[in-house]
Amino acid sequence: MTGYLLRRLAFLVVSLVLASIVLFVLLRMLPGDPANALTSVGASPEQIAAARHSIGSDRPLLEQFTHWTGQLATGDLGTSFVSSLPVGPEVVQRLSVTLPLTLSAFVLAVLIAVPAGFVAAYKRRTWYGALLSGVSQLGIAVPVFWLGMVLIVVFALNAGWLPSGGFPQDGWSDPAQAIRSLVLPVVTIALVMSASLIRYVRSATLDVLDSDFLRTSRALGSSFGQAMWRHGLRNASVPVISILGIELASTLLGAVVVESVFALPGLGSLLATGIAQHDYPVIQGVLFVSTLAVLLIGFAADLVQRIIDPRLRNRLSGGAR
Amino acid sequence: MNLPKKPLSAGVLTVALAVTLAACGGSGDNNSNGGSGSYDKNATVNIGSLYEPQNLDNTAGGGQGVTEALNGNVYEGLFKLTDDGKVDNLLAKDYKVSGDGLTYTFTLRDGVKFHSGKALTSKDVKYSLEKVIAPDSQSARKTNLEVIKAVDTPDAKTVKVTLKQKSISFVYNLSYVWIINDQAKNLKTTEDGTGPYKLGKWTRGSALGLDRFPGYWGTAATNKQVVFHYYKDATALNNALLTNAVDVVTSEQSPDALDQFKSNQSYKVNDGNSTTKLLLAFNDKAKPFTDVKVRKAVSSAIDDKKLLESVWGGYGKEIGSMVPPTDPWYEDLTKVNAYDPAEARKLLKEAGYAKGFSFTLDTPNYDPHPTAATFIKSQLAKVGITVKINTITPDEWYTKVYKNHDFSATLQEHVNDRDVVWYGNPDFYWGYDNKQVVKWVEDAEKASSTQQQTDILKKVNRKTAEDAASDWLYLYPQIVVANSKLSGYPLNGLNSQFFAYDIKKG
Repeated sequence: MTGYLLRRLAFLVVSLVLASIVLFVLLRMLPGDPANALTSVGASPEQIAAARHSIGSDRPLLEQFTHWTGQLATGDLGTSFVSSLPVGPEVVQRLSVTLPLTLSAFVLAVLIAVPAGFVAAYKRRTWYGALLSGVSQLGIAVPVFWLGMVLIVVFALNAGWLPSGGFPQDGWSDPAQAIRSLVLPVVTIALVMSASLIRYVRSATLDVLDSDFLRTSRALGSSFGQAMWRHGLRNASVPVISILGIELASTLLGAVVVESVFALPGLGSLLATGIAQHDYPVIQGVLFVSTLAVLLIGFAADLVQRIIDPRLRNRLSGGAR
Repeated sequence: MNLPKKPLSAGVLTVALAVTLAACGGSGDNNSNGGSGSYDKNATVNIGSLYEPQNLDNTAGGGQGVTEALNGNVYEGLFKLTDDGKVDNLLAKDYKVSGDGLTYTFTLRDGVKFHSGKALTSKDVKYSLEKVIAPDSQSARKTNLEVIKAVDTPDAKTVKVTLKQKSISFVYNLSYVWIINDQAKNLKTTEDGTGPYKLGKWTRGSALGLDRFPGYWGTAATNKQVVFHYYKDATALNNALLTNAVDVVTSEQSPDALDQFKSNQSYKVNDGNSTTKLLLAFNDKAKPFTDVKVRKAVSSAIDDKKLLESVWGGYGKEIGSMVPPTDPWYEDLTKVNAYDPAEARKLLKEAGYAKGFSFTLDTPNYDPHPTAATFIKSQLAKVGITVKINTITPDEWYTKVYKNHDFSATLQEHVNDRDVVWYGNPDFYWGYDNKQVVKWVEDAEKASSTQQQTDILKKVNRKTAEDAASDWLYLYPQIVVANSKLSGYPLNGLNSQFFAYDIKKG
């Protein structure tokens, strides 16, 4: 296990180094000029040059890269070109919205999808099993922003139970207010996420239901419930956990749409603003932190799978999930 | 979307049955006193906006948002541009101009304190003026103020400015210069101004608060606190107004949402005057738009009225030149190159394009540009001109069109007032180069009186219109929507200003 952990750690570090290089180079290949956000229409060539100089985008690329990675090594994500505020604290502040948002949505989606997916598989020949499958198929086709808008109209504009968007300026100092702001966005993400999860859970359960080991277990006298509990669930959960990891990672960045609909100051909207303004330190900071999060989620999913399924423990895992 | 209203949460007026008003705009009156006489002196006013400051320094790329939130509220100039376009004394008590028009002597108001507690002196004014024209300044007024030769401070209350040449707009341009404490640091993230509000808490991406400044030299603000809430999306902004998360929206960018407010007694829709023009800007230095006949033909082939109707549905105005009605040198030039497809075909034939031609239209990717581009494409097709729409981000526009002049024609909104003078700069992105106009613009700036300046700029206005230097499609409306309990908010928001200190919340 120690060897495995070391391998995983090495993989993590190499991935981060590669990601930071790719990130840096790709950003600078994009058309546009980070000095644009700082100058106004009517700017003279001197003003444009001064803007470039003030943010250091006129320095050689290698120098810019070593400067950034040097800061990274000390845990400093640099300073925004546009606002002159340090990126690190800003990312942390945005995470205080995005993490509770995505994690709650994720937990809620799992709570909906696992039982629903199981029922959809086990009761696939009943009308409600078929209905569950049908609804989840429909749910996959629903755009996130549309669902968000519908929820706003119903629960915020018409019923007036919840805010239509925004997040308290004082953040979590009044937890009740903060939670109220997150209810609708959490439900929006959770519903869309659970729709696709239901299908994975359903097909994983179906595989198990038709498996030899379950039939053997039943033949040896277990009740269906016992057999499912001892063998079925464990086997079904392995592929589902892979999917969960991918879903969680994609939600972390996919939250940008929901953040826009609900006017939430989260990581996604910070990234969107950063991209619009070519604010390299902000984009690099957000994507670097996100990359780290995605790698860690992948690692966690891998670890959980190994704990559940002993067959995986002997597999040489070079890191692929 | 027009929704049936139900009473919202506690403390909200119960909405009477929706009274469908006749689809006329707001009443063009120039004050917003919809509220009653009594108001809460210690209210918090929540303002919804789409324009978050990029940073807090208007000489370092703070953008439109910093003007909206801080101009007149946190920072003050020697002069102020009022909401109806007049220039009033503010931190300058009065001023004298020498006979040759080259020396301005300003006397500062007494008893003015910065938010940090320091008293205002002439040294702060000198520092602030020099900051705008410093080499690294990103102020939009830098070029206008480079006419300053020297700033002297004979005593603590007097500032003497010497100019290189006469500049009739000098005092007007000073209304854009914030007077800042000369000891202040980190102005991109903090402030030290003299205005009626101090900066409260700024949460990037979310909100910016302003708190009433107890040591203010003038009349105290009629509310205790103002919070600007920032939205990326107009629907989210309107929802915030409908649920009372905000009391007023600084400017509506689409007419679709207005019905839900117009038919509801709890809101007031105000139709003010804007200075924002939508331009179809030709590259006057690139064929075929080097030919004045081609430019006139394109201008005549587009039905501006129909475009305005389709984008704004009854709001906004037709405009025949770069000059909006609030500029002193305005005259109605909508008859020049008016909609006339037959005339357009005739002009094209004379210019040697009887079979038409095709060009690429660089179109910024945000509203209303894509809509306008599609409309223009269909209109020009009728006279045989093929338009290829190339959608670009604002950032690409700035690099490709504005800096590199690498385009045939483009769409762009121009926000500022008094900006017809750009046609006197042959190096500006649209490349209009007319020696007579260049000279007029220079002469107008050196004029001895505003009357003389106005007369000359009227000539510039007419000449650029007759030359179809660009095609001015329409003037945007300036629509401020507010809760009926609110009064005293600005209606025109000239140059994106939004003075909050007179707002009363009933």
